[in-house]
Amino acid sequence: MKKDILKINNLSITTKVNTKFFLVDDISFSVKEGKTTCIVGESGSGKSLTALSVIRLLSPQLKMTGEILFNDDDICKMSDLEIRKKRGLDIAMIFQEPMTSLNPVLTIGYQIKEAIAVHSDLSSRKIDKKVEELLLLVGIPVERVNSYPDELSGGQRQRVMIAMAMSCNPKLLIADEPTTALDVTVQAQILKLLDGLKKKLKMSMLFITHDFGVVEDIADDVIVMFKGRIVERGRVSQVLSKPKHPYTKALLGCVPDAMGKKQLTPIDYEKLDRAMQRL
Amino acid sequence: MKKLLVTHNLSKTYVQTQGFFSRVKTNIHALDGVSFSINQGTTMAVVGESGSGKSTLAKSLVRLVKLDKGSVKFNGIDLLNLEGEGLKIARKDIQMIFQDPYASLNPRLSILQIMEEPLLIHNFQDADARRKKIEDFIGRVGLEVSDLKKYPHQFSGGQRQRIGIARALILEPKLVICDEPVSALDVSVQAQILKLLKDLQREFGLTYLFITHDLRIVRHVADDVMVMRHGKLVEEGKTDIIFKKPKNEYTKDLIQSIPGLISKRN
Repeated sequence: MKKDILKINNLSITTKVNTKFFLVDDISFSVKEGKTTCIVGESGSGKSLTALSVIRLLSPQLKMTGEILFNDDDICKMSDLEIRKKRGLDIAMIFQEPMTSLNPVLTIGYQIKEAIAVHSDLSSRKIDKKVEELLLLVGIPVERVNSYPDELSGGQRQRVMIAMAMSCNPKLLIADEPTTALDVTVQAQILKLLDGLKKKLKMSMLFITHDFGVVEDIADDVIVMFKGRIVERGRVSQVLSKPKHPYTKALLGCVPDAMGKKQLTPIDYEKLDRAMQRL
Repeated sequence: MKKLLVTHNLSKTYVQTQGFFSRVKTNIHALDGVSFSINQGTTMAVVGESGSGKSTLAKSLVRLVKLDKGSVKFNGIDLLNLEGEGLKIARKDIQMIFQDPYASLNPRLSILQIMEEPLLIHNFQDADARRKKIEDFIGRVGLEVSDLKKYPHQFSGGQRQRIGIARALILEPKLVICDEPVSALDVSVQAQILKLLKDLQREFGLTYLFITHDLRIVRHVADDVMVMRHGKLVEEGKTDIIFKKPKNEYTKDLIQSIPGLISKRN
């Protein structure tokens, strides 16, 4: 049995103004060491808020309660300084839009260097060497080290973000829709890269997506979220082929498959409501 | 089967200037000798990645982009050389549904005004008949007559896309160009809109030119598919045949990249 690297107990998120309205409603799940857990759901299901809360990047307008145990330390109870030490070092995150996450006026080499320097006291020369290794690791030619973000394609920018995330060998990588803005062929490359890195560096991943195809490619375990709650969880093969919850069943009926064999059936919300009430 | 649209050798080059004094000029071939035809009542999908020229193609067919070369025959009419009244009449038969339902509806107009606009432009004089027609179409896309007095911001993304569809169909066009109509939508809403488009096609005998980057959707909606890359048409044919036996290397690459297939390959 693998150890849980991340364990979330009874996490709830509300706005500070209205603490009765739950954006994330009492969810509990865990990410196993060396495994990928996918959170899948539609817009507004609370999947991104859940991801952000793990590294305490929630907006100050929001209030969260519950326990987030990373290697048995409760992230919710840490001071700002303690969590800042964890971010990037033990837990790294990559986002959907690589262009908005990179600084446009600094070279990518500088930005990767900065990510390393924050958490180490290596000499400048050693850091330069590490930057080269990282670029190699994510498949960017080392000559591009002095390029600016706008000189790179979307896929390359996401590779830079991954290089920065990998700079301190994090134990957990949180990826919030990292391939949604990319072309399909590039998406396939980035997914392959992430999966390879996970195995090579023995990292765990918490992967947020709305695309069941991506889930099938990258996940070990899956969590399906709907209106702030977890409605289904399990091994990827089991959730995708034998879903139990009516919402998962209905949602999977909307997903076009690559074979074109199945009929798309839009969700009948009245039927879904009735089925959910019976649970 | 009758060919509704026949294009020949469509070409468009954009000139990009680089450098502070714009001395370096590069030509970008957005469309490079694209010829194809669409049969009446069928769906032709255009797939390609960003920068492949698929949106330039769509815009050129409604004359929003001026082509450098090529000809377009629509229903037997030479579309590219039409002017004035002739162009207006032809445009009535070709309508467009856009990707972003947030950007393609005027926030200052009520849904009634949004749907009335095309009718006014095309001289539907009788106010009662206009109203009746609008009420008919808003119902067909699954919205209520009471929604007509509302404004775009009061609707969800999927509902707005329904309004966009109603606006496109109210003139009863022959060809509808759908430029990524579902890529901004959640998968459950996507399924609703795809079903709606299919039902409407059956009902009105519509012909679709369906632009998308998602090959899974192509498989579900299209009779024929054309694959574009760097402004060129690299492969075209019946959807089933292209998916089962792609000839072009790039098409193979695209099909291999469909999410959900990677795990099965390994």
